[in-house]
Amino acid sequence: MPTMTESPPGVSGQGFFLTSLEKAVGLARKNSIWPLPFATSCCGIEFMATMASHYDLARFGSERPSFSPRQADLLMVMGTVAKKLGPVLKKVYEQMAEPRWVIAVGACASSGGIFDTYSVLQGIDKVIPVDVYVPGCPPRPEQIIDGLMKIQELVEKEPLGWRQSAQYKAILAQYGIE
Amino acid sequence: MATLVETLTSALSPLKIELSSDMPVIIVEKTRLIEAIQFLVQDSECCFTFLTDLCGIHYPDQNPPVLGVVYHLHNMVKNTRIRVKAFTPVSEPVIPSLTGLFSSANWMERETYDFFGIRFEGHPELKRLLNMDDMVDFPMRKEFMLEDPTRTDKQDAYFGR
Ligand code: SF4
Repeated sequence: MPTMTESPPGVSGQGFFLTSLEKAVGLARKNSIWPLPFATSCCGIEFMATMASHYDLARFGSERPSFSPRQADLLMVMGTVAKKLGPVLKKVYEQMAEPRWVIAVGACASSGGIFDTYSVLQGIDKVIPVDVYVPGCPPRPEQIIDGLMKIQELVEKEPLGWRQSAQYKAILAQYGIE
Repeated sequence: MATLVETLTSALSPLKIELSSDMPVIIVEKTRLIEAIQFLVQDSECCFTFLTDLCGIHYPDQNPPVLGVVYHLHNMVKNTRIRVKAFTPVSEPVIPSLTGLFSSANWMERETYDFFGIRFEGHPELKRLLNMDDMVDFPMRKEFMLEDPTRTDKQDAYFGR
C-alpha cells in the first residue's frame, strides 16, 4: 500500500505531475477523512483513546472529528445500539452528504455482541450499509486504527461515479434509503 | 408493628397480611386496591406518604396464571415501610392506576405496562416508556424468548456444525 507521502502512479517531469483524476481525488479524499463518532458505550471509550494524543487518529488525516453529520465523511459507530436508537442512527446516516462511509467498531455494532436480547439491534447493518467491521469487545485502539486504514484503502480505490451508479443505488435501496 | 397490623386488619378486613423478614406485606383484592392504599397514605397511624417503587410480577405456573403489581410504600417520619400486592389473571391484565394518589406512579406504571402488559385503568397516558413503540410483546413475561430471533451470527454454518 502506498504511504501518505507517496504519489500515485503517473508521469512526472520538471514542475508537473500527470495522473488520472480518479487517483488524484482518491489521494485527496483518503487523507482528509472527517469522522463522525457515534459512540454509545464501552467501545466509545476505546475510541477516545484512539483519538487522543497517544494513538492520535489525526496522523491519518482525521484531525477534525465532525460532530455534525452534514460535514462528515465517515460514520464511526462504536458501541451497543438499542433497537430504539436504530431509527436515530439511520437518520444520522441519511443526513451525511455523499460520499460517505461507515465503520462498525466492536462486536456490538457489528452483530449485537454479547447482547443477544430483545432490546438491542443485532448489528447496525440491519439499518445502514457498513463498509468495514472491526472485531473485538472492545477492540484495542490499534484495531480501530487498522479499521480506519482499511477505510482509507476503500476511499482511495473508489472509482469515480460509483456514488451515482445503479449498483450503489441498489445497495442503498436495500435499506430503504433514497 | 403489632399495632400496625391491628389497625390494618380492623380497617381493611378481609385482607391477607404476611409478615416477611423485612416489612409487612398485605395482599389486597384489586377492586379494593385504591381504597387500601388511600387508607395507608391518609390514616394518621400509617402515614405511608411516599411511593418508593412499583413493579410487575408474573406467575405463569399458577392456576390460573396471574400477573401482579407490587407497591412499596414508605413512612418518612417513622422510617417504616410496607409492601402491597395486587393480582389479576393474565387473561384480564387490568389493575387500577395509582396516578390519582401519586404523580410518581405515572412513569412507573408506564414501565410496568411496557414490560408486563398490565393495563392501568385510569392512567392518563398509558404508552410504552422504554421499549421501541412498534414492539408488540411484553418482554418481562416468562414466556418471552430470551434470544433475539433477528440474530444472524449464531447460525450453525458459521461454526461448521
Ligand atoms: S463490543 Fe464489547 S466493549 Fe464494545 S460496546 Fe459492546 S460490550 Fe462494550
